[in-house]
Amino acid sequence: MADDVLSLTMHEAAGLLRERKVSSVELTQAAFERIRTVDERLNAFITESEEVALAQAARSDKMIAAGHESALTGIPAAIKDAIVTKGVRTTAGSRILEPFVPVYDANVITLLDEAGFVMVGKTNMDEFAMGSSGENSAYGATRNPWALNRVPGGSSAGSAAAVAAGMAYWALGSDTGGSVRQPAAFSGVVGLKPTYGRVSRYGLIAFGSSLDQIGPLTRSVRDAATVLQAIAGHDQRDSTSAPVEVPDYGATIDGGVKGLRVGVPQEYFVEGMDPQVREAVKKAIKHLESLGAEVDVDVSLPSTRHAVSVYYIIAPSEASANLARYDGVKYGFSYKEGGSMWANMEGTRQRGFGEEVKRRIMIGTYALSAGYYDAYYVKAQKARTLIRREFDAAFEKHDVLVAPVSPTPAFKIGEKIDDPLQMYLNDICTIPVSIAGLPGISVPCGFATADDGARLPIGLQVIAKPFDEATMFRAAHAYEQSTEWHAEAPPL
Amino acid sequence: MSLTPDEVRHIALLARLGIADEDVERFSGQLSSILDYFAELQELDTDDVPPTAYPFDLHNVLRADETAPCIDADDVLANAPAQEDGYFRVRAVLEE
Repeated sequence: MADDVLSLTMHEAAGLLRERKVSSVELTQAAFERIRTVDERLNAFITESEEVALAQAARSDKMIAAGHESALTGIPAAIKDAIVTKGVRTTAGSRILEPFVPVYDANVITLLDEAGFVMVGKTNMDEFAMGSSGENSAYGATRNPWALNRVPGGSSAGSAAAVAAGMAYWALGSDTGGSVRQPAAFSGVVGLKPTYGRVSRYGLIAFGSSLDQIGPLTRSVRDAATVLQAIAGHDQRDSTSAPVEVPDYGATIDGGVKGLRVGVPQEYFVEGMDPQVREAVKKAIKHLESLGAEVDVDVSLPSTRHAVSVYYIIAPSEASANLARYDGVKYGFSYKEGGSMWANMEGTRQRGFGEEVKRRIMIGTYALSAGYYDAYYVKAQKARTLIRREFDAAFEKHDVLVAPVSPTPAFKIGEKIDDPLQMYLNDICTIPVSIAGLPGISVPCGFATADDGARLPIGLQVIAKPFDEATMFRAAHAYEQSTEWHAEAPPL
Repeated sequence: MSLTPDEVRHIALLARLGIADEDVERFSGQLSSILDYFAELQELDTDDVPPTAYPFDLHNVLRADETAPCIDADDVLANAPAQEDGYFRVRAVLEE
């Protein structure tokens, strides 16, 4: 099968399936051929699940023949290795979970299975989703399909690379501080972080529980809306999942932006920002205006400058508690050569965790420790309230906010890895949205030309009120469908 | 705010994280510069601001008290590094 079938959106491929021009088994075989051709260079997958995928594809073909298909039926997809999959190894990018084979499915996997999806494999990621580059994986860095010497973004690195490079039509990632949106921007695909609570976290390996959300990476805004439709909704196994109705996103996505009140927060155009990114995002905002949006460029969210501190206190604090479970007793890697129970536990964690995970466990442990709790953790939680309030005020006058996803395009592998603080500061445009629990989506909005000549994708971020993904999709879809950026494929 | 090598060792102990001696110095430098950066938060006046633990107010979520299947005991133990007679096997907690 020709590679061009792999460059379609999920909706286009679903159309071919419905018209019987291609079968799910054929699409799945083509995806694995593509994986064998390009993944040696990209390292997007930790575990491939060809046997599972071909069985799911055969089942999908029967569902389609019987007229029981959904929009996702028979379409090859990739799943971030932070989401547990019964019977398919799940590592979260960590050595400590290298032998771990889950005995249950995450809620999103159960829902996708009912919809007849096909899982080609588990994608590479920064260990426990801690990273913005994909370099913190125990299974090696993922490379950017647009420039192999650069990062694809992170932490959902493999999911972004897999969708950009045609190894899967869409993928699931998880976003705690930008881990879906930023790799989507760096890799030239669409990436959605739903409202906190919109999608059940049951079966998502926990990092920062008050921030974590599962979201899709796709080749179109419509595909992102379709995946969200399939995975959203209340689940009693996640007590933070919201009992809020999920609207029919397809019914309003074509509504356009005429009269839509679009705000542009000034603080997101930070000092030191890449001028080409600034230019591309400003042009995209003008474009929205030309489509009929009412643009207000004078929105101010002054607490934005505190967001990096707030996030890098709260998320590591939650992580230090969540990762206490990796003790070498219940599952995963276990060090047994120590002289005592404590020595074994400390040895397990020393050998099982990578550098960045250790750093964050220590930051979190420190921020929660006696004498420092008020100065760090409580202070950050109070600042979190201020950040939320500023968004609330902005959304009284605006339907959506638009901003860059990242101040720079994809950086080189190794460029920031030795300076954790510089790596953290790169997350300034996505972190505030996570802190406030808002939905945000990254849409391709142009390219930057790097010093070495590489052509690198740029993302536009559309942010909406809590649980108003519908309006966010409408704005992002209108922009995407009237521009050509999303149609370009990396030169692999 | 600088974190001394001894403080790094203490935090690692609280987190039950083994750290190689040759890594302590590096962590001490990196964690110090991260904590230095956090100092900027102290300029924010938060005296009358309540803390946010979760982005939205959702309290006391209860489900119906109904019986439902749970994960089978054999499955629970399936990933255990060591097990014996249906239990996780650990090293003695109390040693002489």
